[in-house]
Amino acid sequence: MTTDSLVLGPVLFHWPAETLRDFYFRIADEADYDTVCLGEVVCSKRTSFFAEALPQVIARLVSAGKEVLLSSLALVSDERELAAMRALAADTSGLVEANDMAVLRELRGRPHAIGPYVNIYNEDALDFLIRQGAVRACLNPELPGTLIADLARLSSIPLEVMVFGRLPLAISARCFHARAEDRTKDGCQFACKADSDGREVRTIEEVPFLAMNGLQTLSHGCANLLGELAPLRAAGVHRFRLSPHSGDMVATATLFRDVLEGRSEPGAATQRLAPLHPDMPFANGFYHAAPGHQFLAPG
Amino acid sequence: MIPEIVAPGGTPAALVAAIDAGADTVYCGFRDATNARNYPGLNFTATDLKEGIAYAHARGRKVNVAINTYASAGNTRLWYNAVDTAAALGADAVIMADIALLDYTTRAHPNLRRHLSVQAGAATVASIEYYYELFGISRMILPRMFTLDEIAELKARAPIEIECFIFGSLSPMTEGRCSLSAYATGRSPNLCGVCSPAEFVRYDTVDGELICRLGDFAINAFGADEAAGYPTVCKGRYSAGEADPAYVFEEPECLNAAEYIGALRRAGICAFKIEGRQRGRFYVAEVVAAFRELIDAEARGEALAQHAGALERLRRLAEGGEETRGAYRKGWR
Repeated sequence: MTTDSLVLGPVLFHWPAETLRDFYFRIADEADYDTVCLGEVVCSKRTSFFAEALPQVIARLVSAGKEVLLSSLALVSDERELAAMRALAADTSGLVEANDMAVLRELRGRPHAIGPYVNIYNEDALDFLIRQGAVRACLNPELPGTLIADLARLSSIPLEVMVFGRLPLAISARCFHARAEDRTKDGCQFACKADSDGREVRTIEEVPFLAMNGLQTLSHGCANLLGELAPLRAAGVHRFRLSPHSGDMVATATLFRDVLEGRSEPGAATQRLAPLHPDMPFANGFYHAAPGHQFLAPG
Repeated sequence: MIPEIVAPGGTPAALVAAIDAGADTVYCGFRDATNARNYPGLNFTATDLKEGIAYAHARGRKVNVAINTYASAGNTRLWYNAVDTAAALGADAVIMADIALLDYTTRAHPNLRRHLSVQAGAATVASIEYYYELFGISRMILPRMFTLDEIAELKARAPIEIECFIFGSLSPMTEGRCSLSAYATGRSPNLCGVCSPAEFVRYDTVDGELICRLGDFAINAFGADEAAGYPTVCKGRYSAGEADPAYVFEEPECLNAAEYIGALRRAGICAFKIEGRQRGRFYVAEVVAAFRELIDAEARGEALAQHAGALERLRRLAEGGEETRGAYRKGWR
């Protein structure tokens, strides 16, 4: 029987460096994750703040028995970013997760992971990437369960599915946080730092819809696939990604592990999950080929 | 060299209109999920394509076929058949984004020109090189995020032809990597070829305002004196944080880069793409004719200001009456 792995995805938000460091220390010391993804995925301008703490964080996670994955930017858009990604690809301290084709080019021919920002919708694209050196792949969260099951059945490498957190829906060369403050991207003054889970975007009828996060647009709804863990496992998926939020990610991991190991029912776990992450309604529509914001009751 | 005009052929009638108006190349797609403008009433059957290619080739023009969505697991044959059909009918190039399709075409039809669709979201020289090295792409269609300086630099380094957008609707999001419409409707543009599908669009009048909705979400509202737009998520009006409703992602405006024809040609652009396969043949003919006049004039060394009529027609045709120079001018980001 394949064991199930919980993966903590990269922090997508611009948290203060000390907050981020303490977050990872607590993850290392207390949380039930098998793998932790580190690295700035959204905006290269944020990278330098955490660079100093990174080696210490990696060491703490590794000594706690956790595998560390280094995630690349989702959108590499200039030479400076490309140089940083080349340096990342040359790093041998952990498996690198490519989120952009520019990074894949650097990793070709040696083992690497594919992140959720690289499009894999069919078995032939997956096979091609495997031939280039991919050893695991986290799928795009918009994939429906039927398609995930087809891919998992045909895949020769482990596949991973995002089961918790606001869903990354779009990436742009333009910074929407800077735009909202009437600033340029270069002069953004890190407007995104004010929103630890992204800034809520509401419709003209005041219905919460999306969350802006610098260059990235996330869902307002928060993925919760507790009820879909069983069919995912039956389909052969055994790696489950939780995307970090400011709520308690240690307790969140425990709830997912309890459901995986049969100690808790998805419905009961969902009731305990909600107060950990207030103001983020749950969503699992993508899995059910429904509008992504919907939450269809487990079962 | 005078850059090609690559015009949208949403229908066989639009293809003919574009060629008659002076387009060098028309791009079109099949009537199914294999192309990124899979809207009702648009696109080509194999017979339509055969006739369209005959019409173009008889006049020394070209037809490129967009097979630029992502093949769905277990159903890749639909996409491979589209490539085979395009090849058999003599298409001049296929426009693709999915590495499975690029790989298949490289092996099954090595002599068929492969163009990298903007839907691939390749945004750097390095990612363009990735597709060039692995699939021998002849041309890439540049995402709409590059400045003029970056285009010149890219062309100096990438060993392939570069086509760029000159006119039409812009997305602020990286193409091929956007699930906003799927989040509201459940249908992925990457898989189905439709952004904001018509069956999820509703218009309601509330207190004298026209509200346009996509699925459960109000995307925009228009007063009686405003022209109502289509509810595309990235061009909606929203409140972010405490701010009043605004176009938080992008204004609903139309790219019009006519004034950059010379600068883009000098930067090494070989083809100017007009967006709009959802547009009717009269619109297509008018846009193509205006660009034919301007591009030829620029190649003869004339100042575009001498062609005020063509410039004005383009301004008028720009969607919603608002036009933008997109990312070509600095500061868009």
